[in-house]
Amino acid sequence: MLDWIQSLGHRGLSRLAAFGRAGRLLVQSLVARPEPVTMFPLLIKQLYFVGVLSLIIIVVSGGFIGMVLGLQGYTILVDYGSEQAVGQMVALSLVRELAPVVTALLFAGRAGSALTAEIGLMKATEQLASFEMIGVDPMRRIIAPRFWAGFISMPILTIIFSVVGVWGGALVAVEWLGIFDGSFWANMQQAVDFRNDVLNGVIKAVVFGFVVTWIAVFEGYDCIPTSQGISQATTRTVVFSSLAILGLDFLLTALMFGEL
Amino acid sequence: MDPLSDTIIDIRGLTFSRGSRTIFNNIDIQVPRGKVTAIMGPSGTGKTTLLKLIGGQLKPDAGQILLDGDNIPTLGRSDLFAARERMGMLFQSGALFTDMSVFENVAFPIRVHTDLSVDMIRDVVLMKLQAVGLRGAADLMPSELSGGMARRVALARAIALDPDIVMYDEPFTGQDPIAMGVLVNLIRRLNQALGHTSIVVSHDINETLSIADYVYIVADGRVIAKGSPEELAAVESDQVRQFMQGLPDGPVPFHYPAPDYLQQLLQGSR
Repeated sequence: MLDWIQSLGHRGLSRLAAFGRAGRLLVQSLVARPEPVTMFPLLIKQLYFVGVLSLIIIVVSGGFIGMVLGLQGYTILVDYGSEQAVGQMVALSLVRELAPVVTALLFAGRAGSALTAEIGLMKATEQLASFEMIGVDPMRRIIAPRFWAGFISMPILTIIFSVVGVWGGALVAVEWLGIFDGSFWANMQQAVDFRNDVLNGVIKAVVFGFVVTWIAVFEGYDCIPTSQGISQATTRTVVFSSLAILGLDFLLTALMFGEL
Repeated sequence: MDPLSDTIIDIRGLTFSRGSRTIFNNIDIQVPRGKVTAIMGPSGTGKTTLLKLIGGQLKPDAGQILLDGDNIPTLGRSDLFAARERMGMLFQSGALFTDMSVFENVAFPIRVHTDLSVDMIRDVVLMKLQAVGLRGAADLMPSELSGGMARRVALARAIALDPDIVMYDEPFTGQDPIAMGVLVNLIRRLNQALGHTSIVVSHDINETLSIADYVYIVADGRVIAKGSPEELAAVESDQVRQFMQGLPDGPVPFHYPAPDYLQQLLQGSR
């Protein structure tokens, strides 16, 4: 029993210390003096790796999720004779919830794990130490561009996910199941509010992008530089990111839509 | 003349521990300017740690590491990076940047720290690569190099800015005899040609002694012997002799500390 309490305390303390290190990493990489000339090309490169290369999985998932929503919405709503409302159902569930959450989960799996593994491997092969010895701060050179790339990509990917999802829903509901397209789009336009729905969805995406990228770069930077350590860090990135996304989603939803 | 009369690095009372394990216990090391200084000792005695302490990547628990009078552990971030511009380090693994070609790897420190024109950088990089015999490999990626070649490229990168001090972390480990001979030769030749100070951390005795002007042997967290290679050959201490002659057993025991052998066997299950 005493051992159990002791190990619990030990784990709690080491988690707390990790939080401290993560906070320090955030401050060092972001608050540091910006160097736009050297930063910009690095940022573009990372935007390509983190954002552009995630496009396929985001577009395909968005399309299928939209199509499933259209189909499910239709089969439920048709019983009440209100199948015209499929449009607003698809759009609201995507824009408010599914687009930010699913995009963030996919982003954590696709880009977050890659960031962790890349930085971890750079640590294991002494490339980070090498940057330091050359007199280049790895926080600015390696961590900061990746961080900003994730932070910028996530909201854009979320918007693309929503657009493709709505289009997928329309494909199923209008083209396949034959709902009158005028009422499909008009209902959607009437129900979706830019400030309350679209903007709140994007805010969620910004928060998720921040958290997922933070976890990913921190786990890579903080990992034990062995093959086992890197694999554990990659796993932790995906698990912690997913839990953080789902937990934060509830919190943000309660704050944004709680009083509606 | 006493080789220690003009020192570039002066380590005094250095103590460093990791967890409960003391790696260095109040050691003093002086590195003479312009010479090749070897720091030798069995594996796990913290030789690489010592280089990281000199480079300011780790902070000691106590003591001073003076680089021409500047105490490295107390330097602020920007002063520390300025001090590191005076140092080049060859990492054990080479630590080439895998997303850059050989040329870009060597050009990287020059691009970061100077405003030289593209043509000038090209010339400097080709000169450094020529010095290590790899001018022809400029366009290769690190993944296309053999271990020995990668280390030579890393050496070219380490000397790219003509540093005052070049630190070699186990430069001979895992090299075939030809690559080893090439590296030994290079370290000596570059030291003479460029006039920098070299610190070689190694446990390859013959190779290291053949190029060192001054040697420290570190074991159990302290300096157990120091002097020129000739002076060390004459040291009477058992511990030094065991290391220099590579004897399997001696003051450094062959067996890791363990309970009594017979008793443990008779105990049955653990």
